[in-house]
Amino acid sequence: MPPVSTTSVPPGSPARRRTLSQRDARTGFLLMSPTLLIVLAVVVLPLLWSILIAFQQLRLLEIGTASPLRPLTLANFERVFASGELWLSLGTTLVYTAGSVILSITLGLIAAMAVRKPFRGRTFVRAAFLLPYVAPVVAVTFVWRTMLSPQFGIVNEAGQSLFGWAQPIPFLSEAQRTLEIFGAEFPIPTALLTAIAFEGWRYFPFAFLFLMARLGALSAETEEAALVDGASPLQSFRYIVLPQLMPVIALLAILRTIWTFNEFDDIFLLTGGAAGTGVASVRVYEFLTVQRNVGAAAAQSLVLSLVLILMLAVYMVLLRRRGERL
Amino acid sequence: MSARVTPDPAVPTRQQPATREVGPPPPRPRRFNRHTVERRTLGILRWTVIAFFLLITLLPFYYMVLLSLKPIESLLRNPASIIVTPAEFTLRAYEQVLSPVSAGGQGFGTFLLNSAFVAISAVILSLLVAVPGAYAVARLPFFGYRQVNALFLAAYLFPAIVMAIPLFVLFTRLGLRGSLVGLVLVYIAQTVPVAIYMLRNYLETVPVSVEEAGLVDGLSRIGILRRISLPLVLPSIMATGLFIFMIAWNEFLFALLFLVERRDSWTVSLGLSQLSGSAEIPTTVLMAGSVVLTLPIIIVFFSTERLLTGGLTAGAEKG
Repeated sequence: MPPVSTTSVPPGSPARRRTLSQRDARTGFLLMSPTLLIVLAVVVLPLLWSILIAFQQLRLLEIGTASPLRPLTLANFERVFASGELWLSLGTTLVYTAGSVILSITLGLIAAMAVRKPFRGRTFVRAAFLLPYVAPVVAVTFVWRTMLSPQFGIVNEAGQSLFGWAQPIPFLSEAQRTLEIFGAEFPIPTALLTAIAFEGWRYFPFAFLFLMARLGALSAETEEAALVDGASPLQSFRYIVLPQLMPVIALLAILRTIWTFNEFDDIFLLTGGAAGTGVASVRVYEFLTVQRNVGAAAAQSLVLSLVLILMLAVYMVLLRRRGERL
Repeated sequence: MSARVTPDPAVPTRQQPATREVGPPPPRPRRFNRHTVERRTLGILRWTVIAFFLLITLLPFYYMVLLSLKPIESLLRNPASIIVTPAEFTLRAYEQVLSPVSAGGQGFGTFLLNSAFVAISAVILSLLVAVPGAYAVARLPFFGYRQVNALFLAAYLFPAIVMAIPLFVLFTRLGLRGSLVGLVLVYIAQTVPVAIYMLRNYLETVPVSVEEAGLVDGLSRIGILRRISLPLVLPSIMATGLFIFMIAWNEFLFALLFLVERRDSWTVSLGLSQLSGSAEIPTTVLMAGSVVLTLPIIIVFFSTERLLTGGLTAGAEKG
């Protein structure tokens, strides 16, 4: 907003412009206020209240009647931190997040490079690639669960008849299995890996979309020059295309990390948090509905929020560095 | 990645310089060879990759439709079948899933109405709030503009699970939990920030000079928004509206927390998730439910794909 001096300015064109910008500022605030009101009422206020609840003893049965101004206590945090479960769930969340983010961005990059050059049916292929991302999460998790079912799922059927699996694999209900490769035995977390595969499948279109947009905006000249200089396609990708994609990849990595770290729907609908997939957000839900302890649920979500705020700060710094205005 | 270690598979090409006396210096054919080999391999690989991705993206949806069209007995008898024969083809599953509970069905008809009510209300109200807001952000640098923008970004990125606890408590106290209206309110708050972001990108494409012409002709800012800018970006507003529709239609967590105790208020997403846990309902019937849940989204998405993807990724093109 430009500095505005006092009104004792003689009438003329500069004064007119100033009143216009003043009027604009007022209109701007007016137009903004409904949004502001809703975001304050349904996002900011509840968040602040959530911090308060985290320091209070509040059971699910009391939420309709309890006064918001109850005595403060640290009992919820003691409860959340005391058992080893918090660290276990944070560890699971970390593995889950890292695996999903890396897998989805890698798949997205491969898909984007594959459909980069025009061909017949490209529009259809592009739209098809976006399907996992836009389809309702409840529907796709249900289809995955059915496909992976040990009783009649198509994956286990194919595995047994085509690849000679001795037994059906309970992909979503088995915490661990030992894989034997050349005599060496590796323990692998079956359900967690399946969940990561699902995340990679569901969110690669997001990376694909952003990388396609960036690829489309690259200037062809550098690559043509490299071609003339004798660079092979792989060299051209490694030294010319990839460096130009890096800022978008970094941005995608941070966005996806923020979202996956707090992801609830996917895990809850796939495994219910069982079989070694108990990520932190499912634990919040369990505190709320199974243990009926609202205070502890709020405390756990506060811990999650702190991690999130840290990641948001990194994201903002990255945005600034890109010169994007907020 | 070094060019020197690459083996040279095409021997005849290497002999060419020798027979022709005057040829290009030795390194050039080598690079040329590596180039050809890579290009050919990548050319084949590219189609393999496209086929692979098409398979993994389309197969689950194909499987969904497939199972919804056959009786549960034929699925259990032959789980490996990936086609539906004319003999087993049936629409019974759709009949069962859509008809009301009183008629022995699963009541997805009611769920569809609930979902449609929630999603359409969210679209209309969210747009009513977001369009003026987006115009303010795009054109009118008001006081506190940056802070407000940062607030929206944070609100957009903040995950549902963190918001869920306080909203659960708040809406219980206000008596809004269990009502579809409460759910609409949450969806508005969830979609307005991203709607403003998309609309801002669209509104900024309207040339400032066009708006100034309106100003000179004596229109107020709101008049300009209504008479000049809005008609110009109308298709984009529709795309944003459909995007909001998709978010509201697909949403699961808040529907679960707010509505789970009242079956007649369930949305399609909630209904499918609640019923898919029960052993009595055949998988084929639930698959029909999945198709019913997914189909509106697919239609909406394919009708606006270009506009949607353009608006969402407008920021990414800057690099």
